Amino acid sequence: MEKTIGNKTVNVSEDGYLIDLNEWDKDVATAIAQEEGITLADDHWKVIEYLQNQHKNDVPLTIRSVGKSGVVDIKGFYALFPEGPLKKASRISGIPKPVSCI
Amino acid sequence: MTKNIVILGAGTAGTMMSNHLRRALDKDWKITIIDQRTEHHYQPGYLFVPFGVYGPEDIVKPIEKFIPDGVNLKLGAIDKIYPEKDKVVMVSGEEFDYDILIVATGTDIAPEETEGMMGPHWQKDVFDFYTLEGSSALAKKFRDWEGGKLVINIVEMPIKCPVAPLEFAFLANAFFEQKGMRDKVDIVFATPMSGAFTKPKATEKLDYLLNEKNIEIVPDFNVMAVDGEAKTIMDYGGKEVSYDVLVTVPTNKGSDLMERSRIGDELNYIPTDRATLQTKVKENIFAIGDATNIPASKAGSVAHFEGEVLLENVLNYIQGKDLKEGFDGHANCFIETGHGKALLIDFNYTHEPVSGTFPFPGVGPLNLLKESRMNHMGKMAFKWIYWNMLITGRHLPFVTTKMQEAGKNFD
Ligand SMILES: Cc1cc2nc3c(=O)[nH]c(=O)nc-3n(C[C@H](O)[C@H](O)[C@H](O)COP(=O)(O)OP(=O)(O)OC[C@H]3O[C@@H](n4cnc5c(N)ncnc54)[C@H](O)[C@@H]3O)c2cc1C
Repeated sequence: MEKTIGNKTVNVSEDGYLIDLNEWDKDVATAIAQEEGITLADDHWKVIEYLQNQHKNDVPLTIRSVGKSGVVDIKGFYALFPEGPLKKASRISGIPKPVSCI
Repeated sequence: MTKNIVILGAGTAGTMMSNHLRRALDKDWKITIIDQRTEHHYQPGYLFVPFGVYGPEDIVKPIEKFIPDGVNLKLGAIDKIYPEKDKVVMVSGEEFDYDILIVATGTDIAPEETEGMMGPHWQKDVFDFYTLEGSSALAKKFRDWEGGKLVINIVEMPIKCPVAPLEFAFLANAFFEQKGMRDKVDIVFATPMSGAFTKPKATEKLDYLLNEKNIEIVPDFNVMAVDGEAKTIMDYGGKEVSYDVLVTVPTNKGSDLMERSRIGDELNYIPTDRATLQTKVKENIFAIGDATNIPASKAGSVAHFEGEVLLENVLNYIQGKDLKEGFDGHANCFIETGHGKALLIDFNYTHEPVSGTFPFPGVGPLNLLKESRMNHMGKMAFKWIYWNMLITGRHLPFVTTKMQEAGKNFD
């Protein structure tokens, strides 16, 4: 379905995740973050860039693997994106909702 | 000239493959299977031990009993795989050269991964039920427990048999009801997932059952540490849950042999093609069961379906043919819900579990995603099937390797 985020219309899934990463830009990210109650700062952007790169390389993401990435540790990840860090960070990064493993 | 197939691990998948391969290959192929244990455990039985339904005699049999004649069983711990030399080295220093290697070393709990999990409280008020020691210690605890707060917690995904913790919660509910003390026990299910299970339709149904059975669910809970003295678990977001008895499913990890050989991922699972079961390490190394990183459930039924595909692909590889992309992620799991009832789910990579009938479309006799006594009988029959058919590599009657779509209510 279509949704207006900030001042842009983008395609999102039922849960509000972007369908096409090409429609993502920093304004979209900032607006989604606002919905989540998060104000993006440098540390957030580093994590976003990391998640997007992993996604582009088809690497499945887990909280553990993000925690071992060297970009942020698990505690820091929670501090940046409270409660469901991987879910929130993925939505802000414009990548699909993480599938928690079977 | 003789050629060598070496199988690492003589659990569910390795034992099954040794049987499949010995039947399929002529005597030019020498088959060796290596394991560090002398006992084969029926792991699905661990679930029933805390409630006094099964004892060790239901669960433990000698490993060699299920290895066929003509297969060389070697007992001992494996130290490393050297893919570039086509060689496996044991901790004892003994070496095995192979033409084809099959990795079936499974996965095990790693409680030491969580801060504070191990300590004087371990198996006193913090228990696992993924080992015979853990589930036996819990049986003892429950025998004269006077009640309090029972917290069941999954530390992180993936875990083997992802429905087992839920089954544990359901069985605990029924157990304390039967003892006439359910009003003295609070049951809490704390999980890193957003609901009871990983797939939406099944989660809806299971969340409903948890509710109905008065089991409180704490979702999105990622354990950071256990405080054994204060009897609380803390999550990374700062939430805390207190317990009197904690039943944990610790982080699951593959064998550290992967780490030593530098071929595993961060949880020691071996990168494997999800359709052919050839590893991404080298073309003559295959993997099966819980040891792989494929996005399928880690379950005995999955190992069974993989086995038929892997057998075909090992034969294809030997004959220089293309491998078949034959594995669809098929899993088939009974979920015990207590008081002699169970649910059945059947799913694969692309189809989530839905309601319907199984294995005969429109007929059953088993019901998918619905509690019934027949499903419970299926679960109990699984023990016999496991020992007599599954690990000896027999085709299970009426159940197909690829998931059937007929008889299922997809939207
Ligand atoms: C509580 C519980 C309930 C379950 N319920 C069900 C169920 O209802 N239905 C279902 O289908 N599945 C169930 N399962 C899952 C099922 O038991 C496993 O998925 C299955 O046993 C996996 O088989 P495997 O061969 O991959 O691993 P395993 O059977 O665990 O075998 C691995 C073997 O490798 C050996 N090994 C590992 N590393 C080394 C080394 N370095 N050197 C030498 N040997 C080594 C081990 O000793 C072991 O014997 C359950 C599991 C648990 C714990």
